[in-house]
Amino acid sequence: MKQIPISILTLIAGILVTLISLWVGQNNSLLPEQASIQAPLVDNFFNVMVAIGTALFLVVQGAILVSIIQFRHRRGDSGDGQWIEGNFPLEILWTVIPGIIVIGLGIYSVDVYTEMGGIATTHHAVQAMPVQRDSSIGINSLPTNAGEPASLVVDVSGMQYAWLFNYRDRNIVAGELHVAVGQDVLLNISANDVIHSFWVPQFRLKQDAIPGQTTHLRFVATKTGTYPIICTELCGGYHGSMRSSVVVHAPEEFDRWLEENQVA
Amino acid sequence: MTQLETPQVTDSATDRNLPKVWKWYDYFTFNTDHKVIGIQYLVTAFAFYLIGGLMAVAMRAELYTPDADLLDPNFYNALMTNHGTLMIFLWIVPAAIGGFGNFLVPLLIGARDMAFPKLNAIAFWLNPPAGALLLASFLFGGAQSGWTAYPPLSLTTANTAQSMWILSIVLVGTSSILGALNFVVTILKMKVPSMKWTQLPLFCWAILATSVLALLSTPVLAAGLVLLLFDINFGTSFFKPDAGGNVVLYQHLFWFYSHPAVYLMILPIFGIMSEVIPVHARKPIFGYKAIAYSSLAICIVGLFVWVHHMFTSGTPAWMRMFFTISTLIVAVPTGVKIFGWVATLWGGKIRFTSAMLFAIGLLSMFVVGGLGGVTLGTAPFDLHVHDTYYVVGHFHYVLFGGSVFGIYAGIYHWFPKITGRMMSEMWGKIHFALTFIGTHLTFLPMHLLGLQGMPRRVAMYDPQFAPINHLCTFGAIVLGISAIPFFLNAVWSWHYGVKASDNPWDALTLEWTTSSPPPIENWVELPVVTCGPYDYGSRDRNIAEIPQTA
Ligand code: HEM
Ligand SMILES: [Cu+2]
Ligand SMILES: [Cu+2]
Repeated sequence: MKQIPISILTLIAGILVTLISLWVGQNNSLLPEQASIQAPLVDNFFNVMVAIGTALFLVVQGAILVSIIQFRHRRGDSGDGQWIEGNFPLEILWTVIPGIIVIGLGIYSVDVYTEMGGIATTHHAVQAMPVQRDSSIGINSLPTNAGEPASLVVDVSGMQYAWLFNYRDRNIVAGELHVAVGQDVLLNISANDVIHSFWVPQFRLKQDAIPGQTTHLRFVATKTGTYPIICTELCGGYHGSMRSSVVVHAPEEFDRWLEENQVA
Repeated sequence: MTQLETPQVTDSATDRNLPKVWKWYDYFTFNTDHKVIGIQYLVTAFAFYLIGGLMAVAMRAELYTPDADLLDPNFYNALMTNHGTLMIFLWIVPAAIGGFGNFLVPLLIGARDMAFPKLNAIAFWLNPPAGALLLASFLFGGAQSGWTAYPPLSLTTANTAQSMWILSIVLVGTSSILGALNFVVTILKMKVPSMKWTQLPLFCWAILATSVLALLSTPVLAAGLVLLLFDINFGTSFFKPDAGGNVVLYQHLFWFYSHPAVYLMILPIFGIMSEVIPVHARKPIFGYKAIAYSSLAICIVGLFVWVHHMFTSGTPAWMRMFFTISTLIVAVPTGVKIFGWVATLWGGKIRFTSAMLFAIGLLSMFVVGGLGGVTLGTAPFDLHVHDTYYVVGHFHYVLFGGSVFGIYAGIYHWFPKITGRMMSEMWGKIHFALTFIGTHLTFLPMHLLGLQGMPRRVAMYDPQFAPINHLCTFGAIVLGISAIPFFLNAVWSWHYGVKASDNPWDALTLEWTTSSPPPIENWVELPVVTCGPYDYGSRDRNIAEIPQTA
């Protein structure tokens, strides 16, 4: 050990930390499968944060571990440690680096949020209409189809302890949400009694259903299958059982479902 | 070594016919001695901690299986609500600010008492009735709407219990406002003249920042809760949507207080860390100024981040973005503290006392909690995990790892000063090992639960999550057991522990210049500050002063 200069050790440690962090960021598989157009955006963002977090974790915990091993009190030594009160450049460094990291994450999150459709872009005349004001709460049209109406609109209402899905144009009321894969879906979310919250983990999307105010979620499902809809806002004793499903059909199948369920 | 050189005789205890020492029954009276009040706060808080802990174990027992088969779901919600409320308002805040703050601040600055001793006693005596009211609310079903008490749910479930809950919080809120006022005046006005501002112990800086924060934010919470009380009992409709009320308004009022409240909990703990680590690492604190200023920075920025609790609520896009950025910025001063403590360890001669173990444990767990917090601060990711077990895992890392470990570290560190006796180090280490393992086992898997799709505040969940929940429940049992060695150790040592010397850790702050326990009015002659509070290793300090137990 004595022969290897400290700077080389630091360099090796740095490379190792970087490699491990990048690997963990890419291969953590902590999140459930992705089933909406927004999901990969959120996941990539999460993975970047996991990579940065792993690096910081390793560096700080590593420093703690090294100090408790290297600088432990030895028997019979009753003296004090080194008299170091601070190191201005070092302190600037560890203020500025985290500062840059968080500002970077902040900008990245604004970007992801815009991509997800969180910020209604206003380059179409339609956007100037007062109706659009209301739709600013929640996730709206993607920047790529800003201003275009959604191809399926469903009114969702939460009540103790169920979700009700109303396909107004088609005269369908259902207890489950059915959509087609690739379809641009807009949910108008409301609540009848107390606050509920609409969450589909595989979509990575969540929005509270607030009494007295309509909120929105607009998404495109990217994978057929059945996914859970979970209420995540405490809404009473049976909050935990307020579960439903969203069924993502292939387009033809979805049309069949529409026909079968239409009230004449 | 700080010294008692120049005799500076002020009116000492005997002049006012005070007894020499307090008797046990003095602790059950309206006593105005800051040390008595500190101990009253600590003991009461520990009692509530035990009760809150039992509630937690009951909840984890229920969550062992996916169905609500052990407890009635409404009762589960009442336990969950009161567990959170007790832990925040009747455990951490009173223990960290009331307990440690009252006991230590006058001793650390060389004062004989707090600025307003009677006010201080009043502030403490608001707590027991508040706790009693909270527990009595179980006779009326218990408040069931979570510690956040969001309307309209809080307007419709268990009205009597919810009203009692509100009154209880308003009482503790009043207590913390009175306490905060007292701390501000005490710290600004009463330090010994020989102490420079740069020699003010960091715990005092932390308490100062905490108090300012409490003064600014607590009234807003009280306002929100009083409006809620009116809605429940007197037919107003501030928060009733069907009568023109606005439910999101409540959330703003609530979080404007309750987000800073998390700093109220953690800042005093940061203060404890800054006192404990240098002593046991035998090194000056690294970056005194940076640590002091970062408390103030956290206090200021902390007032502008509350909406990160409402990203999925009725908040427009600009708010989601503005508060993402401001939230992320708080991570910087927090990081400065963490790095400062790690650098304090570096190059020290670390003694692994129980106090130090808990302090290092806190450091390592706060890193995890802090990183989780940064992810939650970003709106796009928070949309996925908000109100899930990811959040529960995160805040228990911060609150259990960050606060409870700090309080334990403080207890092991100051027990000799408070009681005049040492605690058993061996049992302290067993306590630490169990707590450390238990905390990770209980709260680490919760992050995964949340990411995968388990919401929080539920008595029943999807069976696919059962295996991970088993782990959490085992962890909670270990945590429950971990408290036993601590309580036995504390009670036993208080009576039979080895007698402590005045300064068993060979520390430099002023509280160690008086006897253990300190006499009424703290010093016969006020101490004179001759060196900084953390000057370990500087000049030729008397090497013979190794820990001694008389
Ligand atoms: C024995 C250790 C503990 C265990 C096993 C435990 C367990 C739990 C559980 C199962 C919940 C319900 C989570 C939910 O459904 O949202 C909960 C909530 C909570 N816990 Fe703990 N907890 C412990 C200690 C603590 C401590 C020490 C604190 C604070 C200092 C704390 C603060 C909270 C808070 C604020 C809530 C949220 C309550 C609410 O949402 O209304 N817990 N805890
Ligand atoms: Cu619900
Ligand atoms: Cu619910």
